[in-house]
Amino acid sequence: MGKKKKTGIIAACILLAVILLMSILAPVLAPYDPNQIDMKNPLAMSSAKHLLGTDNIGRDVLSRVMYGGRQSILLALAATGLSMALGCLIGMAAGYFGGAADLLITSVSNVFQGLPGMTMMIAIAGLMGAGVKSMLLALVLTSWVGFSRLVRGEVMKLKQELFIEGLKGMGAGNFRILFMHIAPNLLSSITIIFATRIAGSIMSVAALSFLGLGLQPPTPDWSVMINDARSYYRTNPLLAVAPGVCIVCLSLSINIIADWLRDRFDVRRDSVNE
Amino acid sequence: MLVPVLFGISVLAFMLGMASPGDPVEAILNPDGTQIIDQKEYDIVRERLGLDDPVPVQYVKWLKNALTGELGRSFFTNKEIKEQMAYRLPYTIRLACFGMALTVVFGLLFGILMAMRRDGPVDHALRFLTTLMLSVPGFWLAILLILVFVEKLHLLPTSGLNGFSSYIMPGITVAISTIGVCARLTRTSILDELGKQYVTVASSKGLNARKVTMRHAFRNSLIPITTFLGNYFAGILGGSTIAEVIFNIPGIGNYAISAVKSRDYYVVQAYVLFTALVYVVMTLVIDLLYLVINPKIRAGEKIG
Repeated sequence: MGKKKKTGIIAACILLAVILLMSILAPVLAPYDPNQIDMKNPLAMSSAKHLLGTDNIGRDVLSRVMYGGRQSILLALAATGLSMALGCLIGMAAGYFGGAADLLITSVSNVFQGLPGMTMMIAIAGLMGAGVKSMLLALVLTSWVGFSRLVRGEVMKLKQELFIEGLKGMGAGNFRILFMHIAPNLLSSITIIFATRIAGSIMSVAALSFLGLGLQPPTPDWSVMINDARSYYRTNPLLAVAPGVCIVCLSLSINIIADWLRDRFDVRRDSVNE
Repeated sequence: MLVPVLFGISVLAFMLGMASPGDPVEAILNPDGTQIIDQKEYDIVRERLGLDDPVPVQYVKWLKNALTGELGRSFFTNKEIKEQMAYRLPYTIRLACFGMALTVVFGLLFGILMAMRRDGPVDHALRFLTTLMLSVPGFWLAILLILVFVEKLHLLPTSGLNGFSSYIMPGITVAISTIGVCARLTRTSILDELGKQYVTVASSKGLNARKVTMRHAFRNSLIPITTFLGNYFAGILGGSTIAEVIFNIPGIGNYAISAVKSRDYYVVQAYVLFTALVYVVMTLVIDLLYLVINPKIRAGEKIG
């Protein structure tokens, strides 16, 4: 792993920090209220007053861009966190207890894997009504399997280890073994999937909101902005370009960090095995 | 294993319909919410839709119909869903095939290049490029493509379908992130193979590096790649929704989205069932392809 890799990961961390800070500090930094309509000044090009211009109803694009990540980042975090919790519990149960529980859980997760993610999300988000709640549910239902599969495999391996046998011999209960002794050993691999899934969730949230199934206008959100701009970006391309650049920077930095974590983890695992 | 999966998904699809808050009878009789509905009329429509039966009976009826290809009629347009699907499917298939072709060509090419130039500048550059491809939302890329190729250069038509050129932008939209995934998968699986003993043997026998990579390592690394591509193909057949919506392609994904927006739940159920079926069929096709790719399986050996 050369120097190049190091500069890459540092750049990614800085990029991520900038975007997160911009989103967190949006109420302080933004020059205008993101939803303030100014019908006298629609579709203005960039100027000193409005650095990125204004949209079709005169809202300041820069302010909207600054606010635009807040909801989707929180949603992606919540969705990934919930699927992680659900997936880990289910995976631990399946891997540790085996038998009928495992069979049932494995067949249920096969069903969930048999549907392309987008199909599932469209079906749920649509049938329950477009909105944040159904988007969350759809995201959790499509991504818990990734966690439970991995956890199940790891737990099955760990179960064979001597220290678990020892604990059982000492009379430790299943609960204690699972949560006090097995769970800590899963942390590194869970972290890696979490990082990878976060990037995926951000893309899914973006796609669903763009299709009108997630966050709704007038929320200042990057994908909603891009969708709103579909009739106007010919006049002011920045309307669609600026929020898109933010989504790309966010997911690119997370993907680079996730990659780096994966490499590091694999290296460590190899050196332990050898 | 596949039949229970299909069964599970059909139950899921059916339940999704039951869970939907809209009342289909209301929707038919009172589409704009202004009419007063006559109770008798309401009951007749309810019976015609079979909504009086107990839920399990409704499920069995629905499944029986679905298995014979009878998917019912849309609540709103009253058109046969079967015919609509048959009309829309070719568009989605064409788009999927084009996206697949792009993925195979560029994904494998990038992957092989990265593996052969491991840790060199080409590898680094392509790794960055593929990560970038994973991070670009398809819908945004589509808009950029329109801005550049339609608005600035006037090279391609925006929407409407006039032959091959109108599939170029949707194809790129569908394939962009998958090319990234495919390239990375190809890289790692070739490198995995190159680390194995038979490669060392082949090289020590004097075969040059390129031949070893292409003829031996690449061939074996095709197995995980095939699985991935099969799932991906099933995925786009089920929903290249974003590309279809942006470029106005009347495919399956577009159909599903408009059904979802109007709470047309027979259509959504049919769509979910259809994508599941595609997935199951693709899984079978992949298993058969393994026989072609991997002679070990043909000989009945276990791969481990």
